[in-house]
Amino acid sequence: MADKSLIGRSLGVTTAEVEKGRLRFFAKSIGETDPIYTDETAARAAGYKSLPMPPTFLFCLEREGRDTDHIIEGIMGFDLGRILHAEQGFTYHKMAFAGDVLTFDCRVVDVYEKKNGALLFVVSETRVTNQDGEHIADVRSSTVQR
Amino acid sequence: MMTIPRFSELQLGFELPSLQLPAINRTTLALYAGASGDHNQVHIDLDFARKSRQPDVFAHGMLSAAYLGRLLTNWVPQEQIRALSVRFVGITHLGHIPHLSGRVVEKFEADGEQRVRVQLQCSNQYGESRLVGDAVVALA
Repeated sequence: MADKSLIGRSLGVTTAEVEKGRLRFFAKSIGETDPIYTDETAARAAGYKSLPMPPTFLFCLEREGRDTDHIIEGIMGFDLGRILHAEQGFTYHKMAFAGDVLTFDCRVVDVYEKKNGALLFVVSETRVTNQDGEHIADVRSSTVQR
Repeated sequence: MMTIPRFSELQLGFELPSLQLPAINRTTLALYAGASGDHNQVHIDLDFARKSRQPDVFAHGMLSAAYLGRLLTNWVPQEQIRALSVRFVGITHLGHIPHLSGRVVEKFEADGEQRVRVQLQCSNQYGESRLVGDAVVALA
């Protein structure tokens, strides 16, 4: 079971490419109708170099190449059937576009209990940089076991 | 063409143009699982959901978060969004109709630019809150 000794533990450094087809599929799945997210001509007309990565898609790429079940069960000591996503936050420094290659450096930043230990929270933070080494975003996730 | 709101013209309490989605169904969840890469079976496999003591599959929290992202990018160009954070307060079940809303609650300056804080909400058709959150948006 996770305790404070987990704070600072690396959850790995992964790299993922922002793929155009995947962005179009994502746009379809969330009912996006703004053409700048699916049509390169519209994206360029809006001043973008290619299709922009929408705000919450960072969460999707962060998981890529990462064994999330192992992180939840093996590292956090959680039972997959009892966990819930509690909170999710993004701080944006620069946009990302199709063709960019992003690096996700993820670590545990907090572990705490609520309701006399009935709820256990693990919080992770991920620093995201692009292929030019630019810091584009920070991602914060909180998972709770009931 | 989007009219970009101006900092000086925005009043506290301003409501963003709201967004309502179609009712969540199994196809919505299958598509979001594939596109997002979140293949947690509890969202797509009824048998697994039942084994996890759930009556049925239910929506990914991050699907509603993505809808909140749409609410914001419908209002301002994405490069003006500085932060977005959400707290998941209730499960979105099949048949729920997500209603997205946002309200300007603070105007301030930070890092040399004018910004507003927007309080965000995703509720279902019964008025039950499913996600609450806030966003920080830079405005000229």
